[in-house]
Amino acid sequence: MSQLVIKNLQVGVETESGMTEILRGVDLTINSGEVHAIMGPNGSGKSTLAYSIAGHPKYTITGGSVTLDGADVLEMSVDERAKAGIFLAMQYPVEVPGVSVANFLRTAATALRGEAPKVRTWVSEVKEAMSKLAMDPAFSERSVNEGFSGGEKKRHEILQMELLKPKIAVLDETDSGLDVDALRIVSEGVNRVKSEQNLGIMLITHYTRILRYIKPDFVHVFAGGKIVEEGGPELAERLEEKGYAEYVKA
Amino acid sequence: MSVLPTNYLTPSGREEAWRFTPLKRIAGLHDPSTTVADRISIELIGNARPGFSISKVKAADLPAKSSTDDAVIQRVRAGVAEVTHLQISQEAVVTEPIVLARKAGNGGEFSRTVITAGAHSKATVIVENAGEATIGEEIELRLEAGSNLTFISLQEWSANSVHLGRHHAIVGRDATFNSITVTIGGSLVRLLPTVEYSDQGGSAELLGLYFATDGQHLEHRVHVDHGIPNAKSRVTYKGVLAGDQARTVWIGDVFIRGNAEGTDTYELNKNLLLTDGARADSVPNLEIETGEIVGAGHASTTGRFDDEQLFYLMSRGIPMADARRLVIRGFFTEIINKIGNEVIEERLMSRIDAQLEKVGA
Repeated sequence: MSQLVIKNLQVGVETESGMTEILRGVDLTINSGEVHAIMGPNGSGKSTLAYSIAGHPKYTITGGSVTLDGADVLEMSVDERAKAGIFLAMQYPVEVPGVSVANFLRTAATALRGEAPKVRTWVSEVKEAMSKLAMDPAFSERSVNEGFSGGEKKRHEILQMELLKPKIAVLDETDSGLDVDALRIVSEGVNRVKSEQNLGIMLITHYTRILRYIKPDFVHVFAGGKIVEEGGPELAERLEEKGYAEYVKA
Repeated sequence: MSVLPTNYLTPSGREEAWRFTPLKRIAGLHDPSTTVADRISIELIGNARPGFSISKVKAADLPAKSSTDDAVIQRVRAGVAEVTHLQISQEAVVTEPIVLARKAGNGGEFSRTVITAGAHSKATVIVENAGEATIGEEIELRLEAGSNLTFISLQEWSANSVHLGRHHAIVGRDATFNSITVTIGGSLVRLLPTVEYSDQGGSAELLGLYFATDGQHLEHRVHVDHGIPNAKSRVTYKGVLAGDQARTVWIGDVFIRGNAEGTDTYELNKNLLLTDGARADSVPNLEIETGEIVGAGHASTTGRFDDEQLFYLMSRGIPMADARRLVIRGFFTEIINKIGNEVIEERLMSRIDAQLEKVGA
């Protein structure tokens, strides 16, 4: 059982005119096995929340805390956060030319597990995970994210999540740019990892579409850099009907 | 000791061709008042095999076929009494690479090598340069009709070495020239990878990789002379620089003469700067005298390390140093993989890793 606790998190970015505040006091607790949907309009700071948890150097933490099972996440380097069990599925996964998917996955697994996985079991582990996500085996020879379609990039993110076995996953707009088939495959992957590994999930999305496939336990409405309303799945249905207008005005 | 010509000008450093090169560091190789030994330090590794032969011939019996205005190469030509001649027989297919290695000693050395790829032959020649040397050299590669030659030159010199060289290919009818130039070691390396075509249908691919750290000056001056119709050239050079006073120069001159209709050429240079204090000069030049061509283009980029790539890799648990190593290996992979020899590929990658470690980048 793991627990990610975010308390009064305040985050800014350095700009020419000084520090611009983006997150204005976020409070959120995610336990293993829970799905928390974070929904909000563009520019509300959802992605900043995701990147801040993962430790992107662009963002400056100006206040508050993030802990995973009591350990101070904000004190950790980016790779230490991954080792602690935090995974960020990115909205725009980065291309790394010349580094094959196979090499990348094995290097990451070696770093996280503290030793290189045994070649034979590893190869079959990767193959199996890829086939579950309907990925062509030839995929592993391609350079990381280079020339991938939107759907391939997102599947590749979920593949990593499946193999790297995090405790808490932050899925940043994993549904964006996916057609219905790809959305279904990716969502099934997320649900599978959740049930097999009792994963806690922060599911960041602009649309309610993905929530038909991944059922949230909690829905948080995000606007102006903080959570402005919380509820159960019924809140998502209301957002589907009414949109974010009432939150943006405020 | 060689007899030196007096009828040419010693570069002063102000000439376009020399303006990037720190002449003080080239051990007088350009200067007629210095003496340079005439010695042949290049040797075949392993036994002779069918399909090729190697011999030493009098320089006068095997004069260079191409012209050059490079002062050091002119000195080399004037100063060398014997030339190493590697001949690949007509129609021979030499499966294993032919490896030539240099065992250069102290003091300056001038050296000329001619590699002739007989008509319709196919071979790979690797020249390994390691250890300490001060050398001026010319390698002329003569590709006869329909031949296919892969030429790999590895500069893995020790820290104090000085190497000025010209690797000139004359590409015959329907011949294919592939070259891979790797420059990692040496204090100052200045290479002229150059190509001309002697008949139609020739194709040349010039790949290069260089990695300069503290104080190294690594210079590559590519020149492709399209003076014949319907020939093709591709140039891709990639460099990484790290550490104080790391310096690289890449010049990519492509000349499409008026009669060279149907020319197809593209050249690319990419540099990655890992630290402050390093400097990469990149100058692509395309001179076109005819519009009747298939294509001509060039691109050059010099940039910093991509922090987003590092973040992505680190967010999967990969420590910073390993992430950097992965990205740099990836940057060079496209070129290294074409060497097609795992032992050499791994050795070069290890050398690159060691360079990285040295500068703590």
